[in-house]
Amino acid sequence: MKNNGNMTTLLKGILVENPVLVLILGTCPTLATTTNVAGAFGMGIAALVVLVCSNILISLLRKIIPDNVRIPCYIVIIAGFVTMVQMIVQAFFPALYEMLGVYLALITVNCIILGRAEMFASKNSVGKSALDGIGMGLGFTLALCAMAVIREVFGNASFAGMPIPFFEPFKIAFLVKAPGGMLVYGLLIALVSAVTRGKAPAKTEFSCEGCPSAGNCHTGLCQAKGEEL
Amino acid sequence: MDLMKSLIVILLSSVLVNNYVLSRFLGICPFLGVSKKLDQATGMGVSVTAVMLLATAVTWPIQHLLLDRVGLGYMQTIIFILVIAALVQMLELILKRFFPALHKNLGVYLPLITTNCAVLGVAINNITDGYSFLESIVSSLGCGLGFLLAMVLFSGMRSRIDETNIPKPFRGLAVTLIAASFISLAFMGFAGVVDALFA
Repeated sequence: MKNNGNMTTLLKGILVENPVLVLILGTCPTLATTTNVAGAFGMGIAALVVLVCSNILISLLRKIIPDNVRIPCYIVIIAGFVTMVQMIVQAFFPALYEMLGVYLALITVNCIILGRAEMFASKNSVGKSALDGIGMGLGFTLALCAMAVIREVFGNASFAGMPIPFFEPFKIAFLVKAPGGMLVYGLLIALVSAVTRGKAPAKTEFSCEGCPSAGNCHTGLCQAKGEEL
Repeated sequence: MDLMKSLIVILLSSVLVNNYVLSRFLGICPFLGVSKKLDQATGMGVSVTAVMLLATAVTWPIQHLLLDRVGLGYMQTIIFILVIAALVQMLELILKRFFPALHKNLGVYLPLITTNCAVLGVAINNITDGYSFLESIVSSLGCGLGFLLAMVLFSGMRSRIDETNIPKPFRGLAVTLIAASFISLAFMGFAGVVDALFA
């Protein structure tokens, strides 16, 4: 039973509670870095590393951090890990660093990471938080890669930068441009919602809880987003 | 005159051509979340513009006069996000204390802006693009106005969507994103316009 619970924590991030396609968190990098499979994979792994590290540290500190300053504390922890990842990527994968540009630094304000810190790591044990981080990170990476494959193969007739022979005349250049990203993302959300119908979490789970700003907001402004889903 | 011209080019291109929401994908969360009603969309847009201007006015000197001088350039991300978070809190306190009417209208949007990636994105991009202080201010004004424009246009579009009958899997965010894609497509038409104007 216990193993089963851990397995669920790990696996729910991949489809049923996929952060990108079901919880609709972290939309900005999803749209911006998916024009190339290599870039999307790099972005996913970078976010995964930050997510796992910050989940572990926040879970360790969950009894020490005072409740009313927890959001700034989380932001500092996350920004610290992001800076480390940034330096590692810059040193060892300079091509990827060029490709991701400002979006690497913007992992700091990625709602998935702050959202998981607030929703999960601040309430659960270290082991579970680490598993949750891995699951959510994998879900993020997979969703990014799925989008990038669609956009790169059909939009640019290549895969991770390598051209696909005989595909060139049929490419739809629109897909790698900005509007194509939003279109593919919208279609994927519709697809996942059709596949997981009935299994997806209750509507209330979409609302303020997953939002990084929830801690100091509570205005319910974005509730519209939750109730409509 | 040349300075004026370059400033106008920066302003127009950040409003229309490189619109932060529609072509650089920053600040998508509030764009999708708070664009249901026109007044909310306007309020959010105005607040974001104000915070972007303030954030740039503070982070530019910090980067150039402090971090670069002592070789702490790599601390950019941490310092910037802390400065923005503190700034938003202070702005809220000041508005609450001295301009209660304004706070009543715009105050609710401020906490949402702390973790808005567009604000951090503008601050970092201004540094990476090597803009001078004046250029940075103009560029963040343009980005804010571009955000406002996108929000206002999109809220109009969404009120139309609400009245239509949509297939079930597409309801909610899916159709919203597809609508956003059309607006983005419209903005693609501006590519090259600004350069051609001043050629």
